[in-house]
Amino acid sequence: MKTRRDPPILTPQQPIGRRALLRGALATAGIALPKLAAAADSSKGVEVKPWMTTPGRGVGSAPYGMPSRFESDVVRQATEHTPTTLSSWSFTPLDRLTGIITPNGLVYERHHSGIPDIDPDQHRLAIHGLVERPLVMTMDDILRMPAVSQIRFLECAGNSYTEVLRMSRAKTVQVSHGLLSCCEWTGVPLSTILAESGVKPEAKWVLAEGADAAAMTRSIPIEKALDDTLVVYAQNGEMLRPEQGYPLRLLVPGYEGNLSIKWLRRLKVGTQPWHTRDETSKYTDLMPDGTVRQFTFVMEAKSVITRPSGGHVLKAHGFHEISGLAWSGRGRITRVDVSTDGGRTWQRARLDEPILPKALTRFRFPWEWKGAPALLQSRAIDETGYVQPTRDQLIAVRGTNSEDHFNAIHTWRVDANGEVSNALSS
Amino acid sequence: MRSVANALSITAVIVYALGAPRAHAQDVRRLEVGQAVTESELSAWDIDIAADGAGLPAGRGSVQEGKTIYESKCLSCHGRNGEGKPMDRLAGGHGTLKSPDPVKTIGSYWPYATTIFDYVRRAMPLDRPQSLSADEVYALTAYLLHLNGIVDADAVMNAQTLPRVRMPNATAFRGDPRPDVSNAACERNCRD
Repeated sequence: MKTRRDPPILTPQQPIGRRALLRGALATAGIALPKLAAAADSSKGVEVKPWMTTPGRGVGSAPYGMPSRFESDVVRQATEHTPTTLSSWSFTPLDRLTGIITPNGLVYERHHSGIPDIDPDQHRLAIHGLVERPLVMTMDDILRMPAVSQIRFLECAGNSYTEVLRMSRAKTVQVSHGLLSCCEWTGVPLSTILAESGVKPEAKWVLAEGADAAAMTRSIPIEKALDDTLVVYAQNGEMLRPEQGYPLRLLVPGYEGNLSIKWLRRLKVGTQPWHTRDETSKYTDLMPDGTVRQFTFVMEAKSVITRPSGGHVLKAHGFHEISGLAWSGRGRITRVDVSTDGGRTWQRARLDEPILPKALTRFRFPWEWKGAPALLQSRAIDETGYVQPTRDQLIAVRGTNSEDHFNAIHTWRVDANGEVSNALSS
Repeated sequence: MRSVANALSITAVIVYALGAPRAHAQDVRRLEVGQAVTESELSAWDIDIAADGAGLPAGRGSVQEGKTIYESKCLSCHGRNGEGKPMDRLAGGHGTLKSPDPVKTIGSYWPYATTIFDYVRRAMPLDRPQSLSADEVYALTAYLLHLNGIVDADAVMNAQTLPRVRMPNATAFRGDPRPDVSNAACERNCRD
């Protein structure tokens, strides 16, 4: 999904006033941006403010409500290292979000030929191949079928590709882990849709194809197609955003995001995988001995501390809650451990409910920072007993030519001055 | 509150154990949703090519014809000899896959020649996908294989010859062996 010779990722140009805005947003967490520690107000802030004596905006002034203008810097960040925005990606600002749900406008993007503008009345889903009854469905057809809503994460196979090599280019968790989002998705089980066409017994694979100009195609094993795969039309209570496949997409829980074909127009049932470009040339894992792992679908257990994280500054000694996200493509997270000494000792973190299979799980850990340098890590364990590996363990097996499916323990360095940075970058 | 939560989760476990979430798979009666369609009515969308060549259309194209098309429609993104920049490199890279700087191209990496036809027809050129005729796609496929030293300069690709092309890296592909690492949930004195 990228070339090895990309220049280092730089922090985005920050608009004037961002620091002031951030100060308010982060103050409650005891986190400040560099050089802000001395910028204390002489008053205690309890005088009468203008908004206390003037009526605000009227009801209906924003028919579709947007975040406060003071949050305008909480946005997706597009990579600067692709030759065209038509095939590129943007990162979710994980360190500016709480809980486990990603707001629709902040869900990470990965498109291969831009974002189509599809009229749902003209959209069709075709089901054919090894089926008894080839069918074409309208959106009205799909909307009257029995639906389910499920909270599931979506992670790009290439999430954390920046962390494979020793000199990471990711200064923030947004770039190191932001090809990751989690929504409540609503739609129809793929098994229900396939049952309408009647899958023939010899079926082994399903080809899913998008209606975008890339006509993105991936082969999905029939077992997964009939297990928990969904054909979804809504996210977080409203219809899909165009960037997320409006009006219809696949959602293949726990598998690399590329399989969750957006703008879904066609399902073809067959006996063999198709070996499309995006399951041969891309999204495969090159091993040190020259062999290539193919159809490496599952996103294995992983976690990352989102607060504090790269770019933050601890402005006071004393209590700081460490918080982050854990997830596994194989099921539920059962435990997350946190280390503040680079992995020498570990302690259990508290897990926020709900703890759902193939969904993000929020963990929290109380920490007293006494001002000494620290190395913060988190380690996820899932219900299969799999323990998130170290970077060294992964690279010992996979080398550094394999950039996808990288789920290593991540380390944030806290310096004595409170600055937090990616330990790999320093 | 906790007992309510426990009761709910126990109920969820029982429902799950009874197989309710899978009831959609086989047991539910047909909903009679959707409109019957024939394979021929779907032909404009049915453009996928299988690795064994199933789905390849009638037509033909030569290396020389492909060179002409490449130079007018592909060269600006992929370089005169497929060396890439700004977009993907298409040729070369043989023998680099075990090196610290592997060069993954059609010739050095792709396992199936049929994938070239499938991808070029569905997605290229980036600004006008699905604009190429079957003859043009065959010709471009022939030229890209020739640029990689896989077919001769006089080669012609069609629905019979293309599936017979053997790609140099085809035998390197494997399945998924994960989990491939085993970490321990150590809690004290864990590292040096």
